[in-house]
Amino acid sequence: MLATLGKRLVTVIPTLIGVIIVTFLLTRVLPGDPAVYFAGPAATPESIAEIRKSLGLDRPLPEQFAHYVNDLAHGNFGSSLSTGRPVATEITSRLPASAELTLVGLILSLAIAVPLGILAAVKQGSWIDHACRIVATGGVSLPVFFTGLLLVYAFYYLLGWAPAPIGRLDAFSSAPAQVTGFYLIDSLIALDFETFRASLSQLILPAFTLGIFSLAPIARMTRASMLAVLASDFVRTARASGLNDRTVIITYAFRNAMLPVVTTLGMVFSFLLGANVLVEKVFAWPGIGSYAVEALLQSDFAPVQGFVLAMAVLYVTLNLLIDIMYGVIDPRVRLEG
Amino acid sequence: MSDLTLPTQEAPPPSGLAAMVKHARYVIGENPITGLAFALFVLIMLAALIGPTIVPHDPLASDTAVALKPPTAAHWFGTDQLGRDVFSRVVVATRLDFIIAVFSVALVFLIGGLAGVAAGFFGGWTDRIVSRIADTIMAFPLFVLAMGIVAALGNTVTNIVIATAIVNFPLYVRVARAEANVRREAGFVQAARLSGNGEFRILLSQILPNIMPIMMVQISLTMGYAILNAAGLSFIGLGVKPPMPEWGIMVAEGATNIISGEWWIALFPGLALMIAVFCFNLLGDGLRDIVDPQRRT
Repeated sequence: MLATLGKRLVTVIPTLIGVIIVTFLLTRVLPGDPAVYFAGPAATPESIAEIRKSLGLDRPLPEQFAHYVNDLAHGNFGSSLSTGRPVATEITSRLPASAELTLVGLILSLAIAVPLGILAAVKQGSWIDHACRIVATGGVSLPVFFTGLLLVYAFYYLLGWAPAPIGRLDAFSSAPAQVTGFYLIDSLIALDFETFRASLSQLILPAFTLGIFSLAPIARMTRASMLAVLASDFVRTARASGLNDRTVIITYAFRNAMLPVVTTLGMVFSFLLGANVLVEKVFAWPGIGSYAVEALLQSDFAPVQGFVLAMAVLYVTLNLLIDIMYGVIDPRVRLEG
Repeated sequence: MSDLTLPTQEAPPPSGLAAMVKHARYVIGENPITGLAFALFVLIMLAALIGPTIVPHDPLASDTAVALKPPTAAHWFGTDQLGRDVFSRVVVATRLDFIIAVFSVALVFLIGGLAGVAAGFFGGWTDRIVSRIADTIMAFPLFVLAMGIVAALGNTVTNIVIATAIVNFPLYVRVARAEANVRREAGFVQAARLSGNGEFRILLSQILPNIMPIMMVQISLTMGYAILNAAGLSFIGLGVKPPMPEWGIMVAEGATNIISGEWWIALFPGLALMIAVFCFNLLGDGLRDIVDPQRRT
């Protein structure tokens, strides 16, 4: 197992190198001179040259790249132009907000999509199968920012069940003492149930928006892979041996059907991390997505670059975790690896 | 495109166009939703082509006297905070959204499709380089990469087209590479080689026409995603500048009003966006059923 893990970790290295090269190229090679931009509109040619020198932009490209990698190795992502704060600090302090939102969204989505997919496969052709098909086709067509706004309109404006979409907590609550950065967990650790309730009520709509978005691929894949497994010989044998439906479906079929579903999770994470940016904008969620959007609109490039890099590293890590999960679910993968 | 389907080893219908039309009619009859999607597609095309000439109001003309009015007979979809007619804006926006999607898909089809075919056909270094580029792009969450590209290239509509094309690149490479790879030693390729055709000529005259049907399916499947991606970028304020009507930015403009109950400003452009994406996804599924019956779900 450890050797497999080691081998898999080695394959991550070229991917990470590629990611770092791309984020570097995004600023340096493409049109537009950062020095002119940093100097501002009232710059003279001398001051631009001065800035170019101080930014190291007069050096050859490989040398600039070495500097960039060196900075990254020391955890230096540069500083924001508008706030002056280092990008790395800002991203680390905002990451828990995004992570909490994404994880709760994913859990909600799995909790709905997996049973839906299983039921649709078991009762093929029934109304639940059709419902699954509608969800799978409709879900991928919904722009996530639009779903979010519809939910806000229905549950905040019309029904009044949800609080205003103004971030992680309403104005009357204060953040719990930071342990994990996840408000739900931190408030439970502090035994502050009032804050727990407040942060949960803020979280539920954005998390649900993300959940709806990722429902479709998970439900579709669960259904397809359950159908394939249910038609296989070992399920027929299990049924013929007189095992009850529950055991056959859950123990025999589902465990074998899970592998393609876990594979789909890689793609789902790509969607989720992108959709996160839009959902954070709709719900004024103070995560790294809204940080990047604010910076983008002020043409403040260092935060955007840091954000893209952080997201890519996060995504590569998640894919690595998914690969490790294969081994846990399916012993054959462990042996072959 | 059916005249491009030369009989290959695995293509079953020998009678060409007639069989294709018959099969298409059968698929549409079997699945009326594909028919519905096609009707929607015609509607979208009409709106994109003649929309700006038939709308009842100027999409840019503001009239503060009628600002923020719910839908009425004069303003079918209501008016926005500047008193502009939402219906006219939604219809006029169709052209821009459609053009962004078509151009980005055409761009990625040309570059990604050719790179993928070359990778699958030549193998070796070509394959390694193309696959490595595609893998690197896939290492990013796609929307996030698109944001970064637009931020770096500059905030314009052209760059939205380029960014959308780049994030779709791996999908096209993957499909074209796999399809070209299974045909590289096919009988008709060897025959062409034997008659003295160069490798590059075989690639263009034998391989490319043969994988066209599969690529057409890929195009219509990614059109929906291209529209969503572009609208998402303009929703966060990239690319399209106000007051230009575009669905994503119109939803963003209506977002602040939805909290105070003026639902129509964001709802109608959002619905238009949803219907367009839904239509392309259904068309893609339907087209796949016609071209590749084995992959029907």
